[in-house]
Amino acid sequence: MDLYEYQAKELFGRHGIPIPAGRVAATPQEARAIAAELGAPVVIKAQVKTGGRGKAGGIRTAPGPAAAEDEAGHVIGMDIKGHTAHRVLVETATVPFEEYYAAFLVDRAEGGFLAMVSAQGGMEIEELAATDPDAIVRVQIDPETGVDAETARQLAAKAGLPEAAAQVLERLWRVMVAEDAVLVEVNPLICTTDQRIVALDGKVTLDGNAAYRHSWEYAEPADSLEDRARAKGLNYVKLDGRVGVIGNGAGLVMSTLDVVAGAGAAPANFLDIGGGASAQVMADGLEIILADPDVRSVLVNVFGGITACDAVANGIVTALELLGERGLGRPIVVRLDGNNAEAGRRILSEARHPAVRQVPTMDGAAETAARLAAGA
Amino acid sequence: MAIFLTKDSRVLVQGMTGAEGTRHTARMLAAGTDVVAGVTPGKGGRTVDFGERTVPVFGSVAEAAAETGAEVSVVFVPPRFTFGAVEEAVAARVPLCVVITEGVPVHDTVRFRALAARAGTRIIGPNCPGLISPGQSSAGIIPADITSAGRIGLVSKSGTLTYQLMYELRDLGFSTAVGIGGDPVVGTTHIDCLAAFQEDPGTDAIVMIGEIGGDAEERAAAYIAGHVTKPVVAYVAGFTAPEGKTMGHAGAIVSGSSGTAQAKKEALEAVGVRVGRTPSETARLLRSALGRLSP
Repeated sequence: MDLYEYQAKELFGRHGIPIPAGRVAATPQEARAIAAELGAPVVIKAQVKTGGRGKAGGIRTAPGPAAAEDEAGHVIGMDIKGHTAHRVLVETATVPFEEYYAAFLVDRAEGGFLAMVSAQGGMEIEELAATDPDAIVRVQIDPETGVDAETARQLAAKAGLPEAAAQVLERLWRVMVAEDAVLVEVNPLICTTDQRIVALDGKVTLDGNAAYRHSWEYAEPADSLEDRARAKGLNYVKLDGRVGVIGNGAGLVMSTLDVVAGAGAAPANFLDIGGGASAQVMADGLEIILADPDVRSVLVNVFGGITACDAVANGIVTALELLGERGLGRPIVVRLDGNNAEAGRRILSEARHPAVRQVPTMDGAAETAARLAAGA
Repeated sequence: MAIFLTKDSRVLVQGMTGAEGTRHTARMLAAGTDVVAGVTPGKGGRTVDFGERTVPVFGSVAEAAAETGAEVSVVFVPPRFTFGAVEEAVAARVPLCVVITEGVPVHDTVRFRALAARAGTRIIGPNCPGLISPGQSSAGIIPADITSAGRIGLVSKSGTLTYQLMYELRDLGFSTAVGIGGDPVVGTTHIDCLAAFQEDPGTDAIVMIGEIGGDAEERAAAYIAGHVTKPVVAYVAGFTAPEGKTMGHAGAIVSGSSGTAQAKKEALEAVGVRVGRTPSETARLLRSALGRLSP
């Protein structure tokens, strides 16, 4: 779960990491009021969960409240790489004397935690890694001992950061642990002309699996099929194509999307209904997919592992009964294989639902669904 | 032969008295697994009757291991109790701990992985279907009736794709199939399994299943180039996955330009591993690598 910059900075503030004074605004008028409160030149920053805001014109300076309102008017609603800036962060303009980079992250390759620190901040870290990899200090963090004052001091020294930065590093690690983050990144971490260390930007990714032990309130406004699916506990990702896909197991569903693409059609979504999918889950899944106006055909791809295919078939039949009229109109191609596949296929054949057609193999089912989506 | 798990492995189940634990313990027993103990804190002294066998329940892994000589633990406890359960298994020096639980916070996984590394415990998972050596033993939830014993080894991040490939190759059978799990941090990697299959005299060829996210497949490719002489075929899922979206598994995410299926496929092909475009093509590639035609 990625946070917006303003949310990341709220966390930083709570953990004693210096950040510029400021607040988030959803309208130009709010931006004006915040600028007036701050009483100094301000920076208006688009709140989007993507990089390259500056280049896209999403970061602007304003000498006073009137200019802040004007600039916020330009930035709010702006599209940056497909992300709409619904809010801006209005902050006291802070001039860097030096710019650094600091991050803690989960290191997938080593199965541990990694610190990445550099005295050359400001640019994208991927760019720095490509042009001057030696400028980035990488240190594995022992998950038992973590980053104490001494580790932080060594980290700062090794990367060529001033000693004052060590305390900020230690506190960033605290954010990592206390908030169950998988990434805490500050770029740039700056030193001001008066020798203060300030987090000028912030990127934090939290671990959704740890939500049960936090009281996070980072819900997005519900406006999409993805939100509706999430509310029903479904694992759904909207894509651009026309073949709706339902399957059991994340790997099998990803594979199904690829096979649909290989058959010449684009998948409309990812939807994993999991192992012991009940009729209700199948109905919820079909309902979400059929609510997508882009969908021209549906592919249900189930491999019965633990779940028996006759149970899945009964689930599909019940789901279609629950959906009634909504289950008609678009063809539903079903592939059942594995445990009790023959019994499952028989149940579907006997149900004779007008929208359902069965294909015994995954490849064949994907081809059929692709062809039907193309209107053939 | 097999890797990590044989008919002689004595298995204990943490969380055996819970619904999932009971259900899957029954399945494991039916698959031939020597389930010798269950562990549920506070429920020591009870027994659970599975028909053909009555399994004693202990209050701690230490007790269960001491009494029964269990050398494999399968963990079915909910996410919030998983760290404690694994910590206990590691402290009791159980050599293999299979964590089925989905939804374990990654900080917990990193911490118990470090503990296990120090103690010499192998962790498989979390968020995995476990492993099966067909005809011998099953530690986890992989269905035992898909196929029987054979000479193919399989390692996969995905449960259902494991089942799919086992099904496609059911006439040939498997030495061991290991589901390593779809989380960003897991205890046992593709490389660990490749190394074990290379050493296993009962394995002739290896199927490796990967998916988007991280660089485990690229690392496995480098390892294969230097260490694996047995034929390996691979499948990678997620070519159509958009950037920045988690596809079901917590670890299945393309970040920027890293973790793409295409990069993984290219890395594997560069070291001579044939990569199927679909599960069924992958099965055909394995057959041709073994010189065995379709049934």
